[in-house]
Amino acid sequence: MTLEISPRRRVINFVMLSLSGVCTVLVIAVLFFILGYLFVHGARSLNWNFFTKLPKPAGETGGGMANAIVGSGKVLLLATVVGVPVGFLAGVYLAEYSGKTFAFVIRYVVDLLNGVPSIVIGIVGYALVVRPMHHYSTLAGGIALGIMMIPIAVRTTEEFLRAVPNSMREGAMALGATKAQTVFTVVVPAAASGLMSGMMLNLARVAGETAPLLFTALGNMFWSKGWLAPIATLPVMIYNYAIAPDEDLHQQAWAAGFVLLLLILVVNVTARMIIARGPASSRR
Amino acid sequence: MASTTHIADVLRRRNNRSFFERLAGGDEIAYSITLIAAVAILAIVALIVLELWTHSTPTVKTFGFGFLTSSAWDPNSGKFGALPFIYGTCLTSFLALLIAVPLGVAASVFLAEMAPPKLSDVLTFLIELLAAVPSVIYGLIGIFILVPAIRDYLVQPLKAVFGFLPIFQGDFYGLSFLSAGIVLSIMVVPFIISVSREVLLAVPTELREAALALGATKWEATWQIVLPAASTGIIGSAFLALARALGETMAVTMVVGNTPKITASLLSPGYSIAAVIANEFAEASGDLYVSSLIFLGLVLFGLTIVINALARILILTTTRRGMK
Amino acid sequence: MLVATQGQPVLNPAASLPAQAPAPKTQPASKLIARNINFHYGSFQALHDISLEIPTHRITAFIGPSGCGKSTFLRTMNRMNETLRNTHVDGELLLDGENLLTLDVTDVRRRVGMVFQKSNPFAKTIFDNVAYGLRVNGIRKKSIIDEAVERSLTHAALWSEVKDKLQKPASALSGGQQQRLCIARALAVEPEVLLLDEPCSALDPIATLKIEELLFQLKEMTTIVIVTHNMQQAARLADRTGFFLLGRLIELDDTRRIFQNPGKKETEDYVTGRFG
Repeated sequence: MTLEISPRRRVINFVMLSLSGVCTVLVIAVLFFILGYLFVHGARSLNWNFFTKLPKPAGETGGGMANAIVGSGKVLLLATVVGVPVGFLAGVYLAEYSGKTFAFVIRYVVDLLNGVPSIVIGIVGYALVVRPMHHYSTLAGGIALGIMMIPIAVRTTEEFLRAVPNSMREGAMALGATKAQTVFTVVVPAAASGLMSGMMLNLARVAGETAPLLFTALGNMFWSKGWLAPIATLPVMIYNYAIAPDEDLHQQAWAAGFVLLLLILVVNVTARMIIARGPASSRR
Repeated sequence: MASTTHIADVLRRRNNRSFFERLAGGDEIAYSITLIAAVAILAIVALIVLELWTHSTPTVKTFGFGFLTSSAWDPNSGKFGALPFIYGTCLTSFLALLIAVPLGVAASVFLAEMAPPKLSDVLTFLIELLAAVPSVIYGLIGIFILVPAIRDYLVQPLKAVFGFLPIFQGDFYGLSFLSAGIVLSIMVVPFIISVSREVLLAVPTELREAALALGATKWEATWQIVLPAASTGIIGSAFLALARALGETMAVTMVVGNTPKITASLLSPGYSIAAVIANEFAEASGDLYVSSLIFLGLVLFGLTIVINALARILILTTTRRGMK
Repeated sequence: MLVATQGQPVLNPAASLPAQAPAPKTQPASKLIARNINFHYGSFQALHDISLEIPTHRITAFIGPSGCGKSTFLRTMNRMNETLRNTHVDGELLLDGENLLTLDVTDVRRRVGMVFQKSNPFAKTIFDNVAYGLRVNGIRKKSIIDEAVERSLTHAALWSEVKDKLQKPASALSGGQQQRLCIARALAVEPEVLLLDEPCSALDPIATLKIEELLFQLKEMTTIVIVTHNMQQAARLADRTGFFLLGRLIELDDTRRIFQNPGKKETEDYVTGRFG
């Protein structure tokens, strides 16, 4: 008796395996299609005015998004100031100080926060900042995005601190360093490159968020003064221009999409490479 | 040498510190600060729930739970019902999973079981980049590329073949449940692939080898042995994707059509919870209107929390089991 | 490694002893005295009633099979075990007459330095590694730090090799250099006792030899306690040697006596390689 694999089984094997390869190619193709289209179309619509001019009033053509570029920068700066310290310190707590039960609770809640839909974060920003202060503001947008940064900041910090070998902690304590000195002058610096990359990824993630800004930062056709006025941001501009019935605005939306995606992808690729080559992975 | 004793002396003097001096030195302070940060996160989440709850009380008081089952949405006459939005959110997410799960699982099988590790890593890296693309960009692509493409190339054949089904009846103008489902499927597929691949990689190699040694083809080993062993985790990845799809705002808002309607036809424009909040919140006037939108936010929040928790439990059980 | 097959006579390590300085006539004062130390990891008792004395300016070695408690006892002497959860120690450890279990813990660790099995330089420059102990203990003055760094590196026989690259990361050094850097780092705060936990186990013979020579000189400055799994190393280096077995100190005596004429049957079995 021979147990040869029948031709039918061979064919099924071949077809199914090829199919899985085709699916992979399909997904990758979508990525390249999006990139390709945005690059071609966006780059074509891009010009110097985009970076230097304010938006033109409705009906007029031309103008740029200088205010939105600066606006995104301001909102992200504020988000970093709000989200990173809290996330980082809580991550330090989880990695270096916490016991079992309380850490479990914190981790669970952090996961929960990470799963909150971005539009709901927008509502919270509105309820916490906009409503009490009676106007939309950069501050509200920054706080909303800052809350969104917390979960990833916590997880990144905990992960990279845990990757620091315990022998370094012992080495520091054996020299008479206190726990705090050990953590902040030995462990954190040893994890610095990973932490920085993680925070960059985190920032890149919220840089494209639109929903939390719709009714916190709102938008602005002009320069926004200070931190308490509504402010334009790139993602919200893309949204507003894309749904406007105006071909010229569509072109600008493509240009803005191109700039935004380029920034995000560059940060992503750089940070991931640093992490891949960093001490955390070469440690073995 | 004189300085040799010097250092030991200096240190000895410094080390005769009282509790308060050590406090100033930072140990207890550092601990407290990190603890406060951790507790602050608990407080923030509690605050989110509290804010959503208190601001949605007017709606709860006025409509009770009838709000969830009513399909009337007429802000001008003060009628608010959540059903069209819940329906739209669930329908578009379901469509997205219908497309993304088979595609994603197949791709993860290729990446975990067939592709050489180097190639698999590179492709996974690219696919994870797909997850970094912001949702508003998917919306942009959706409006200007996908919707016209669906109209020109997909709807006619679908109607020709499946036109007798109620889900493919009626006119198609572009913005629709179908469009939203397709855009969402592209957005969630990277999550399914990257989690499923991890889960598949956690399945012990001996299982595969045992099947292959018994004369199974590669596909049979994968389909009959590996996939069942990883099934819980893969279902978990689908739940994770579902949670994403449910909460997804911008891309859906841009292609779903923004019409509060409950119809069987996928070709009809619709609405979703996130989209109605995004569209109407800033302009909503009157407590009841705002409160209804916030209550919708609370519903969305609850929905995603439950789904996320389920996903996490499922993924954890398989990867743990596989790794031991 | 000295792994002998059962019953086969082996070369007595003491036979290869270098011509050692004759043991001092008068016993020097004891730097550290342990009285009835018991140590528990959770419910497991790792040390049973250890009492011993560590003489000043001498090298004391602890030997014994792995898991015998020698490292645990070493880590008790600068209270490193307290960084682990769920541990408990009782008894007395007198450092110059003061019970160090009741002193400020960072102070104890500064006075009783430690070098670990695997070199553990910080992710900092060579200079900052050595200066670390001074800085965390509050010394800020640059001139003092510069001088102490140079002196410590010199004592650790590393100065000539690194003096031109003090600002390079410590990870650029070889394994043996890294371990000497860790010794220099420990010396910088001028510890009264220096504990070494199998400091050469990850090093090649040449690097090992360098460290042994170094330790031999360092006993002029400080009191040294070394844990080693290598009996020949103990025989070469130590003035006194203690044998641990199953969490108990079997005996502690002059090295020559331990290796040539031990008082206990267990010790004899171990040093002649008859121990499984």
